[in-house]
Amino acid sequence: MVAENTTQPISLTLRVWRQAGPNEPGAFVEYRSANLNPAMSFLEMLDVVNDELTIKGEEPIAFAHDCREGICGTCSCTINGKPHGPGTGIATCQLYVRSFRDGDVVTVEPFRARAFPVIKDLITDRSAFDKIQAAGGFITARTGSAPDANATPVPKPDADLAMDAASCISCGACVAACKNASAMLFVAAKVSHLGLLPQGQAERDRRVLAMVRTMDELGFGNCTNYYECSAACPKLISHDFIARMNRDYLKAMFRSSLSPESASGAGGGA
Amino acid sequence: MAKLESKVPSGPLADKWRKHKSEIKLVNPANKRKYEVIVVGAGLAGSSAASSLADLGYRVKCFVFHDSPRRAHSIAAQGGINAAKNYQNDGDSVYRLFYDTIKGGDYRSREANVHRLAEVSVNIIDQCVAQGVPFAREYGGLLANRSFGGAQVSRTFYARGQTGQQLLLGAYSALMRTVGAGTVQLFPQSEMLDLVIVDGQAKGIIVRNLVTGEIQRHAADSVVLATGGYGNVFNLSTYARGSNATAIWRAYKRGACFANPCYTQIHPTCIPVSGDYQSKLTLMSESLRNDGRIWVPKQAADRLKNPNEIPEDQRDYYLERMYPAFGNLCPRDIASRAAKRVCDEGRGVGTSGLGVYLDFSDAISRLGEAGVRERYGNLFDIYHEITAENAYQVPMRIFPAVHYTMGGLWVDYNLMSNVPGLFVLGEANFSDHGANRLGASALMQGLADGYFVIPYTIGDYLATQRPGSRPSVEGAAFGEAEANVTAITRRLLENRGREPVSHFHKRLGKILWEFCGMARNRAGLEQALQQIPALREEFWQNVRVPGSADSLNQSLEQAGRVADFLELGELLCLDALTREESCGGHFREEHQHPDGECKRDDEAFMHAAAWEYQGAGQKPLRNVEPLAYEFVKPSTRSYK
Repeated sequence: MVAENTTQPISLTLRVWRQAGPNEPGAFVEYRSANLNPAMSFLEMLDVVNDELTIKGEEPIAFAHDCREGICGTCSCTINGKPHGPGTGIATCQLYVRSFRDGDVVTVEPFRARAFPVIKDLITDRSAFDKIQAAGGFITARTGSAPDANATPVPKPDADLAMDAASCISCGACVAACKNASAMLFVAAKVSHLGLLPQGQAERDRRVLAMVRTMDELGFGNCTNYYECSAACPKLISHDFIARMNRDYLKAMFRSSLSPESASGAGGGA
Repeated sequence: MAKLESKVPSGPLADKWRKHKSEIKLVNPANKRKYEVIVVGAGLAGSSAASSLADLGYRVKCFVFHDSPRRAHSIAAQGGINAAKNYQNDGDSVYRLFYDTIKGGDYRSREANVHRLAEVSVNIIDQCVAQGVPFAREYGGLLANRSFGGAQVSRTFYARGQTGQQLLLGAYSALMRTVGAGTVQLFPQSEMLDLVIVDGQAKGIIVRNLVTGEIQRHAADSVVLATGGYGNVFNLSTYARGSNATAIWRAYKRGACFANPCYTQIHPTCIPVSGDYQSKLTLMSESLRNDGRIWVPKQAADRLKNPNEIPEDQRDYYLERMYPAFGNLCPRDIASRAAKRVCDEGRGVGTSGLGVYLDFSDAISRLGEAGVRERYGNLFDIYHEITAENAYQVPMRIFPAVHYTMGGLWVDYNLMSNVPGLFVLGEANFSDHGANRLGASALMQGLADGYFVIPYTIGDYLATQRPGSRPSVEGAAFGEAEANVTAITRRLLENRGREPVSHFHKRLGKILWEFCGMARNRAGLEQALQQIPALREEFWQNVRVPGSADSLNQSLEQAGRVADFLELGELLCLDALTREESCGGHFREEHQHPDGECKRDDEAFMHAAAWEYQGAGQKPLRNVEPLAYEFVKPSTRSYK
């Protein structure tokens, strides 16, 4: 028959960051999690731990999660020092207990970055990403004003590359993985997605200038080419996009210095 | 008794929407900024509505319980979005998309709404491309299409297996543009907990800030709910864990009618359940049925054998056998029931016996492994992550799971509920899919409602409201609604029970899946109608909700949502019991043709059932909106 992973249950010791609120002190607390089915997801394990804590009258661990299929970008644990834990190209919710060995000690923390303050336990505030988007992460296309979708052909390689960049789920693992807490991979993915398409050309300069400026204002660090971001990215977005954004940024800076009007709307948001 | 006036315009089907747009009231541009509109939810329908209304000049407040609007569960839709572009030159048209959708819904939707949906489908693709949605393209640079269930043309646009994500990012970028411009005020991590009705009209909401616990009152000239479906009433589903019915349920308890709650969609291709701890079921996109072949062994004795060792003549490709015209691409309700039937016969595969094979070996011989990887690689990867199996080598095992709800709050042609001023968009309403939704049609409906319907129809209501007549949040109705919310919160937190919320949610899900899932019958539904109120009572006696009301408290959030599901589940069963026929996703075992297909009763049930709340402990009132088929002749749905 087909293998159904009927391997033995395992036990883990979890060291979980507990922090009651944004301004409260935090600390690691140990929990023993026994009799785990290896086919269980990591977050389902936290569900079980939380139910046990609730029954004991303790407060459960707050953790961010929603779709549980790796696409919404809500889940955000640093596990054993790595954003989204061991494994490549997955979000925390796509991590399974079978990735660990019986008896392992597993350290679980929130994504750590100056621009992502802790709200509670493993939950951080990542609204900075929305602010960067609002600054310029869009193509202005008022509803109802669009030409026929096939009016402008887009070469398949461009569309495919734009899609690679657009697959970013805005989880923030790139920031958490970077020793400078830089958001360059996130911003580069957004800038590249729209900048690669013919529809995105009209606002190309304004977009990159506004998004980078907002990123800087929000307390993200600089890129020093460690590329930990790409390694931690659940969608394996390539750091090549950072180089692409840097080129876009320089060109936009240059053009705006020649013709100040061309960047006059930057940061205006619409 | 609620007044259900569909407001479908007169005239030929193809002219209704155009005529209606020319005749409904307008709000002049200078007056638009005097109106405030609340939009709850920021999935496809909510985001597109909020940004489109803001661009028209209305002042918009958008509320979302997620930490960012981009996380709404529209993001998870995999396969695609339908549009009658006929870019493939294969004979598609607005009429064909309309007809397929009406037929797919088993003649239980409103003709005029569905035709409008098909009409605006073409504008949606234009709009999304203009926003930069990176749809799949052919080498010549034009848009690519694929086929989906229930259609014999290729009209589905897609962005790899992440179409929902890309469409939502498009709508989200438009929303964030308007947030940046200051025309939309965004309230993330804010959950709507009550609807405020002033003088019979929807004029505000009560929300809880999920980070600080603060209860806030917000007044508006109109309220738009775009809060998604209620499939998590089953606990296990392909929905996100946070998806909930609280906004629409509490609106129901304020007088909005809930239509056809029993129309739930069970998707045929999901990864089977593996254990009790399970929190969610993962969909394998319907697009896989373009190239995958579904089968079980002919002999029950072979069900645990290595599938690669079962010879061709011992396999039953049951969809191809039963539905030769549509084969593996028959509609979802039909494919799900067929899977249930072969599993009931003891031929289901895997240790649980609740699974069928989705086999790509033919496609791999035809296209090569690389060709299959190019089309479906990310889906094979997801399958591997979850099951640790390589579907390039052994067939996938799949089983049906709850995926979508066609029922929802009743709305008229303008998408306004029976409560004046309350509009409902997307999956939260009941309007377009009848008793079964075709694949790639949910994204279409969400965006149609948000981009191309509500911007016109909301004006027809607002034009009747004097600018500046918005009530103050200090009024009695706001006070009463806030007190209601506070009382529910207090009751949950002060309960001295022993069991966590999940315990009750799981038990409710089991009752519904067993008695009101893929097949339903009178005896089972009557049993469910005994068990659910008993479980609800037990919940209120024995649930334990730790923590406090004045900080982030996920247990409290979940408890409120499950409390609502415990009420909604009962209405779902009551609706299923009352509808003495089978149609689409609602299959009553007593009502079937000899070949096991749905047997509708058009005489008695060609109507939408819109339930009206009558107070706690009272049986709700069943209002009826007759469905008049003027242009299509309902027939027995056949995909053979």
